[in-house]
Amino acid sequence: MNLEFTPEEKAFRDEVRAFISQNYPAHLADFGMREDMSPEDMVAWHKILGEKGWSVPAWPVEYGGTGWTPTQRYIWSEENARVNAFMPLPFGVAMVGPVIYTFGNEEQKAKHLPGIRSGDVWWCQGYSEPGAGSDLASLKTTAVRDGDHYVINGQKTWTTLAQYADWGFFLCRTDPDADKPQEGISFILVDMKTPGVEVKPIKLLDGGYEVNETWLTDVRVPVENLVGQENKGWTYAKFLLAHERSGIAGVARSKRGVEKLREIAAEETLDGQPLIEDFDFARKVSQLEIDLAALEITELRTLAGEQAGKGPGPESSILKIKGTEIQQRLTELTLEAVGSYGTPYYGSIANDTGSNEYPIGPEYAHHSAATYFNMRKTSIYGGSNEIQRNIITKMILGL
Amino acid sequence: MDFNFTEEQDMVRDGLSRMVREQYDWESRRAAIASDAGWRPEVWAQLAELGILGMPFSEDVGGFGGGAVDAMIVMEEFGKGLVVEPFVPTVVCAGGFLKHAGSEAQREEHLSAIIDGSRIFAFAYAEPRGRYDFADLETTAKKDGSGYVLNGHKAVVIGAPWASHLVVTARTGGDRRDREGVSVFIVDKSADGIVTRDYETVDGRRASEVYFENVSVPGDALIGDEGAALPLIELVTDEAIAAQCAEACGAMKVAHAMTVEYSRQRKQFGVPIGKFQVLQHRMVDMYTAYEQSVSLTYLATLKLEADERERKRAVSAAKVGVGQAARLVGQESIQIHGGNGVTDEYAIGHYFKRLTIFESEFGNVDHHLKRHVSLA
Ligand SMILES: Cc1cc2nc3c(=O)[nH]c(=O)nc-3n(C[C@H](O)[C@H](O)[C@H](O)COP(=O)(O)OP(=O)(O)OC[C@H]3O[C@@H](n4cnc5c(N)ncnc54)[C@H](O)[C@@H]3O)c2cc1C
Ligand SMILES: Cc1cc2nc3c(=O)[nH]c(=O)nc-3n(C[C@H](O)[C@H](O)[C@H](O)COP(=O)(O)OP(=O)(O)OC[C@H]3O[C@@H](n4cnc5c(N)ncnc54)[C@H](O)[C@@H]3O)c2cc1C
Repeated sequence: MNLEFTPEEKAFRDEVRAFISQNYPAHLADFGMREDMSPEDMVAWHKILGEKGWSVPAWPVEYGGTGWTPTQRYIWSEENARVNAFMPLPFGVAMVGPVIYTFGNEEQKAKHLPGIRSGDVWWCQGYSEPGAGSDLASLKTTAVRDGDHYVINGQKTWTTLAQYADWGFFLCRTDPDADKPQEGISFILVDMKTPGVEVKPIKLLDGGYEVNETWLTDVRVPVENLVGQENKGWTYAKFLLAHERSGIAGVARSKRGVEKLREIAAEETLDGQPLIEDFDFARKVSQLEIDLAALEITELRTLAGEQAGKGPGPESSILKIKGTEIQQRLTELTLEAVGSYGTPYYGSIANDTGSNEYPIGPEYAHHSAATYFNMRKTSIYGGSNEIQRNIITKMILGL
Repeated sequence: MDFNFTEEQDMVRDGLSRMVREQYDWESRRAAIASDAGWRPEVWAQLAELGILGMPFSEDVGGFGGGAVDAMIVMEEFGKGLVVEPFVPTVVCAGGFLKHAGSEAQREEHLSAIIDGSRIFAFAYAEPRGRYDFADLETTAKKDGSGYVLNGHKAVVIGAPWASHLVVTARTGGDRRDREGVSVFIVDKSADGIVTRDYETVDGRRASEVYFENVSVPGDALIGDEGAALPLIELVTDEAIAAQCAEACGAMKVAHAMTVEYSRQRKQFGVPIGKFQVLQHRMVDMYTAYEQSVSLTYLATLKLEADERERKRAVSAAKVGVGQAARLVGQESIQIHGGNGVTDEYAIGHYFKRLTIFESEFGNVDHHLKRHVSLA
């Protein structure tokens, strides 16, 4: 056993590091949780990577993947996190892309994969509904066959960044009489500009708008937008969720977050000393680092398993649970570190002055509370942490 | 031993609780905090009319002769409705300084105006680098003839945009962080040289950065003895902490009740989610934390008049226990509400936000654990 990177991996790391430092857009450095980030900002790096051929590293080479080993992919995410790079949104790259190249037909691959690679097409995920959250299989949105179209009716919710989306992938009920709720569901691609698709932003408690209600009223979608077989959508949905979860640990980003936390705690003072020299505070940072170190190795072990040909299994639930707990703890400690300057609501201040300059308190404090509030979502979405524990109970403990 | 409230106290609670229900329904609160002013002077006037603003003051100054238990009752009701009006800065803090150390003339001038609701105070104690140490002051007050000249920057002064007056802590002598040399002043907010930047807070209130640039104040702006105010500040802020612990208890009670109710209504997998034992046990833990918080709040409130060490230990114990409970109850409430919990639309998120900020006011959990240890 050996934790060191091989010389080849080190060379790869240097190559990656050089590429990032030369190409990552300077104005996006350390983007944090800024509300003023435009959709163009969000795809800027994606497009650069698309040209380089690095936007979908995990895909099979024939569809534009890099052929990198899991370790190389790990190095890649680590290096991006070092500069806090805003990575390509997962909806195209990590979710619908793999479904299309695995279950889609040739026309679908030809039509959709290039836009995902290049970052030109923005995707959103239409799974959840007001009454179907954790119990996704109880979804009610219907797609009824009418000649060579499906007519879709229903309401989706929590559709992340759908306000900018060109396309969405939706789970719809195509056979209401199926024996089990998981059956009779289909996976359908919808052009978000189709008449009858209406997107209404939902304000979250940090003041931002990142999710939406998506209403579908008599939306006519050509049948060729069905992925795979009719009524077999649940299989693809589950396949996708496993992919969604594997990216969710966020180890590299949390490592950068801990570094940032240490920087903040070196600036802040307690009894005239840097906060980071306070034992009570320092021990909490260390505890976080210890949990993160464990998670990192757990993730590497999972990656090694994948490298040896095992697909992402129920172990990914461990990564989801611990990864999100660490992210939440990190934002909690950051808020704690900034003291009173966590209290101002910077959303209002930014609007006030009409500029991006926030002259109140240190810059690192500005979004600390909003980020803490926002990160409560991580233990809820992508299958809540309770659901992840239920999965481990069943699949690993056999209870 | 007696944990009962007097008939009068029950009446106050009932009256206030009715008022909060009527004035602080969710939509009214939402509209009020989103308005330009961010609060409702008419609610303040109503509180004055109900006698709430005069409760902790003695009858000879026009008050109702109540005490800490009365403030606790009021704050608990405020917590239930997430009331934003500046009761703590005005009544508990400014009123506290005046009550404990104000001169005859100062009380005369300010107390009746607090009681009738015409004068609003903010308490300017925090500084950008001082964290939770009341003696870690960079603001100075230099003797100048019979008066003083103030210079400095006070951070996140809650309620300052609404205030006519400020209570300001400043150093009149000694070195930074010395226990000696700290003084307290009452300053008219419109005094020359005071510059403010006003803003919203994440928990729906308003605050300011307050800058003092050669602000001249008369000698009678000083409350108590020059340079000896630290014990007084600690006493008044202990009273404020006890009051805010009661507020947090009120907020936790509602957050918990809302969560239990939500878990009864919300169905997934064909059953109310409250049927899942993992959620049941967590709601039990929230409930237990809430009950323990009520006990610690009683303890702190009832020990406010005890000797200094006993008082501080009780108050710090409360701030630690209630702070931890506030975090637990806030986070679990959101989790059990699922996606709805993180929306602005649902009230629960606003309870969570208030409980989050509560934790860092007047010293966080670590700060008070340390103070508790130091008094062992
Ligand atoms: C910010 C954000 C972004 C999102 N983005 C998307 C998106 O882009 N596309 C999309 O389709 N969806 C998205 N979601 C939806 C997300 O997947 C759901 O919120 C999630 O599945 C939980 O569902 P729910 O909110 O209805 O909560 P509920 O299912 O009502 O759960 C409420 C609580 O009950 C618990 N619970 C439920 N069932 C059980 C059980 N069997 N055992 C124990 N506990 C249980 C939950 O863990 C939770 O604590 C997003 C959500 C958020 C908050
Ligand atoms: C030191 C000691 C002294 C004792 N003295 C006495 C005595 O003087 N007289 C006497 O009569 N008995 C006595 N007991 C027995 C004691 O009451 C039992 O051990 C106890 O009731 C638990 O029963 P069990 O050991 O069969 O565990 P189980 O009932 O088999 O429980 C095993 C685990 O399952 C959990 N569990 C069970 N049901 C549920 C549920 N519905 N939901 C969630 N979790 C559940 C339990 O909490 C426990 O963690 C004693 C036990 C000990 C250890």
